[in-house]
Amino acid sequence: MARMSYAQASCAALARAMRADPKVVTLGEDVGRGGIFQQYKGLQQEFGGTRVIDTPISESTILGAAVGMALAGLKPVVEMRVVDFALCAMDELVNQAAKARYMFGGQGRVPLVARMPGGIWSGSAAQHSQSLEAWFAHVPGLVVVAPGTPQDNCSLLGAAIGSGDPVCYLEHKELWVAQGEVDESLQVPLGKARVAREGSDVTLVTWSRTLEAALAAAEASRLSVEVIDLRTLWPWDRDTVLASAAKTRRLLVAHEAVQVAGFGAEIAATVAEELGIRVKRLGGPRIPVGYSKPLEDEARITSERITQALAQFN
Amino acid sequence: MARIRAFENAAEEASKGGVAAFGAHLGDAKVRGPLHLSTGQEAVAAGVCIHLSKDDLLTSTHRGHGHTLAKGASMERMMCELFGRATGCNGGKGGSMHIADFSVGMLGANGVVAAGIPIAVGAAHALKIQQKNAIVACFFGDGAINRGPFLEGLNWAQIHALPVLFVCEDNRWSAMTSTQAMTAGEGALARAKAIGVPGEQVDGNDLLAVDAAAGRLIAEVRGGKGPRFLHAITYRFKGHVSVDPATYRDGEEVARALLDDPIKRAEAGLRPAEIARIRNEAEEEVRKAVTAAAAAPWPNPTAAYTDIQDTGSGRWRG
Repeated sequence: MARMSYAQASCAALARAMRADPKVVTLGEDVGRGGIFQQYKGLQQEFGGTRVIDTPISESTILGAAVGMALAGLKPVVEMRVVDFALCAMDELVNQAAKARYMFGGQGRVPLVARMPGGIWSGSAAQHSQSLEAWFAHVPGLVVVAPGTPQDNCSLLGAAIGSGDPVCYLEHKELWVAQGEVDESLQVPLGKARVAREGSDVTLVTWSRTLEAALAAAEASRLSVEVIDLRTLWPWDRDTVLASAAKTRRLLVAHEAVQVAGFGAEIAATVAEELGIRVKRLGGPRIPVGYSKPLEDEARITSERITQALAQFN
Repeated sequence: MARIRAFENAAEEASKGGVAAFGAHLGDAKVRGPLHLSTGQEAVAAGVCIHLSKDDLLTSTHRGHGHTLAKGASMERMMCELFGRATGCNGGKGGSMHIADFSVGMLGANGVVAAGIPIAVGAAHALKIQQKNAIVACFFGDGAINRGPFLEGLNWAQIHALPVLFVCEDNRWSAMTSTQAMTAGEGALARAKAIGVPGEQVDGNDLLAVDAAAGRLIAEVRGGKGPRFLHAITYRFKGHVSVDPATYRDGEEVARALLDDPIKRAEAGLRPAEIARIRNEAEEEVRKAVTAAAAAPWPNPTAAYTDIQDTGSGRWRG
């Protein structure tokens, strides 16, 4: 165990994967400088510029080339800088990476990890603050991961690299400096949620940065709240969520992404179909994230808002 | 140029301790978030925009304060925007990276590299279709020429003979990486010429040279000859964002560049009294802008729900 930041934890996981498997390479803008969040710090020094590849500002070719690298036998980890910039590479991700294995009858696979930090990043406004996980969860062929703790950003990045599939790996821009104890050897499988807090009255499902607010709201609630950190959105851990909801008979899903057509709707609908219990969603309003703080705050899912949503269960 | 320099210096000062780039903690500074400064690049904005009228249009980059000021936007409303106030030119919704002033034909800075190029091309296409007697100036950086929209936009402008001046403001750094190491071939102008767009390369720190080249090219654009290309070589004095110390750059390279300050070069042809007057006026204007911005009202939180779309307006949750 060692205390490290969310950024350091992912760096440790990538270094570990690169040491273990020469097929693992990484590419993106400024990765040789350690990446803009220092999540690649020291990697080019250790592995050289052939495996830690600085790229032009060419998102579509960064991702497209990674698809080619993957089809030709490598395991690329690509950096999109922020998920908002990954939108410049949607064809390469959705039409190419996600489809190649199926379209070509299983002749090739695309084991790539696309790191695309998401979420509100204070003062960064509408083009650097989006939470787009539901888009990717909608696309057959893609795995979607959203680590909420340093430990998970170590374990899940390792699992993503080893999965053999294209993975949309959504770190949160405001978690990079979050500190925690990390066991680098701890394995966490993709698709397995974590019960972050046990409770008996309400099941509160969340992921990524909203985990922190969910835990605070659970502490403050007069109800006994079970908090589940989903960790992987596709495949999502139906068994853990359904078992908890069957016990508590109440479900709240909270996420920073816009509530309309958010992934919370998928979870809530599934639980309602399977168990017929009361379900609620809490997501961002359907607004772009504003620059000015009073506007930005409207888009944030705070512990107070989760508390208000929990209070509606009686 | 003096106004741009004064604005950038004041913005940088107001952002201290408040920028969350590189994962750093966000303090309570007046200017929040990533701040991309154009310090040292003022001659390009000034030398090009002097040839534009209010009816001409302009698209910019994430490093767009200089272009916006040079196009005629109010410094006070710009500073209010950086301070996130309701009186900002975007009502506090955009901030530095999305600053825009449509009242002077400034169609917006942009958080995405090269994204302004197709927009400029479309705006020029609209001017042509509507037979308007105006042109578009499209500013982008050296990093942008390695994105697809650069090729697609220039090609489109050329086949339609659109009234647009492309300005590659080449500060030689793509965020934290040297552009030279990431760019094949002879660079921006050679690529433009390969598509058939004529142009010139100019010392972007030489105001009179930029002015002369832009004047020639814009006259051709106005004459209906189609798009033209200006490749202005300059240097980014500051880091990629204001909190980036840019220690990845060679110290001698930076020292040399700082000596080649475009403002000092422009001042060489002026009398000391004139220089002092220009500097004082710029300082006074920016002081007033900062004072006004600091006292300006915050946006009402309800503004977060306006100017999104009319259809379905009011349905924020579903």
